[in-house]
Amino acid sequence: MSLEAKDISFRYERKQPWIFKDLSLSVKPGERLCIFAPSGYGKTTLGLLLAGYLAPEKGEILLSGKPLPKKGICPVQMIHQHPERAINPHWKLKKVLQESGEIEEETLRAFGIEEAWLDRFPRELSGGELQRFCVARALLSGAQFLVCDEISTMLDVITQAQIWELLLSEGEKRNMGIVVITHNRHLAKRVCTRQLDLTENGL
Amino acid sequence: MRNKKRWNRRTRVLFYTVFMVALLSAAYLAGLLIPEDAVASDFMNAKLPPSFEHPFGTDSLGRDLFLRTLKGLSVSITVGISASFISAVIAVLVGVAAAVGSKRLDGVICWIIDLFMGIPHTVLVLLISFALGRGLKGLLVGIAVTHWTSLARVVRGEVLQLRSCQFVAVSRRLGKSSGWILRNHLLPHLLPQFFVGLILMFPHAILHEASISFLGYGLSPEQPAIGIILSESMKYLSAGLWWPAVFPGLTLVLMVLLIDKLGDNLKRILDPYSAQE
Repeated sequence: MSLEAKDISFRYERKQPWIFKDLSLSVKPGERLCIFAPSGYGKTTLGLLLAGYLAPEKGEILLSGKPLPKKGICPVQMIHQHPERAINPHWKLKKVLQESGEIEEETLRAFGIEEAWLDRFPRELSGGELQRFCVARALLSGAQFLVCDEISTMLDVITQAQIWELLLSEGEKRNMGIVVITHNRHLAKRVCTRQLDLTENGL
Repeated sequence: MRNKKRWNRRTRVLFYTVFMVALLSAAYLAGLLIPEDAVASDFMNAKLPPSFEHPFGTDSLGRDLFLRTLKGLSVSITVGISASFISAVIAVLVGVAAAVGSKRLDGVICWIIDLFMGIPHTVLVLLISFALGRGLKGLLVGIAVTHWTSLARVVRGEVLQLRSCQFVAVSRRLGKSSGWILRNHLLPHLLPQFFVGLILMFPHAILHEASISFLGYGLSPEQPAIGIILSESMKYLSAGLWWPAVFPGLTLVLMVLLIDKLGDNLKRILDPYSAQE
């Protein structure tokens, strides 16, 4: 029961340079793997591959030995860098949460989401509040693995700390595997159990 | 304070819109309710200039021009609404198909749109109307199949842009089907485009109806359409009968401007950045 990337190679178009070549990694439940690299090393692309948004040109992404399901709710959910882009601006936030499943009171309370916010539109909430909705949405879908792509980069330090605290405690409670993508070494050291530096892979 | 001001502008726009809709429906209903006898020929009263009894004067057959114009307007509104509604539906279907379908389908549809846009509307409407035996049906079909192109292009662009949005990709990974995404993500975004496009197409449709009827390829002469009235008036213009041309023409222009303004107002109300609250 682990999320594995097996010798994956990827490029966006033929004739374009490879972004990854024969990259392998694996994450077990309860583990928090940090993928670290400076800008432009393909961290987000790797996240998109792991969560099934993109398919690798060679190699496979395996979840407990089987490829990711093409239909139905993907057990690997990605949380994006910009919450305001990952939420439909025309939807009230209640619908945003309902898209992934039944709203659980407990999760809402854990994430400090107030009842009143559910009846508002996305543009009426701040970035930090929206990011909580994105995290809650990913958790409500019952995912076993999370890919967090720079989810706190655009937040102030206090909100960053709050979001990570919530995410870590919920992750531990549900025994989830979490892939943390960041270029912040201090954050990586603080929240992760293992680190992978893409710059050391000779890419 | 800022909030209050915005409320006021929106209320004002809303008020105008309701007022215009009421005015248009009044014109439409009035046209329907006027009995045929009221616009019957009366040779004793032919060619009378405007007076209290006949506000727009009478024509060469002694028919009251004010009542005839009202009746004509309601014919125009019927033609305009049905033609632009059919056109807008075609536009949405074609636009969505182009954006969602294969690259090849997209290419074919874009080519057809360019083709339709390249031919002057009047010529095409005239041909289609003539081929289908003139009359209301020919005119309706002619206008409906020529006016969808620009809205279809807007819809196609909108859907292409939406499909590349992150929230649509997220929705897909949350296990939602294409149909669900179309209904819940795409169509609500297209609704304002649809309505605004529909209303802005309306004046075009009416003007084309009037011009084709004026040229004699549209509605039949006994129908009290504005185009027919104007075309009849031309014969007597040189004899000094100015009123059969001026008043119906002015009414037509007024109605077209009114509907155009209505479309602009609707755009303001439905625009997502001012519409949410």
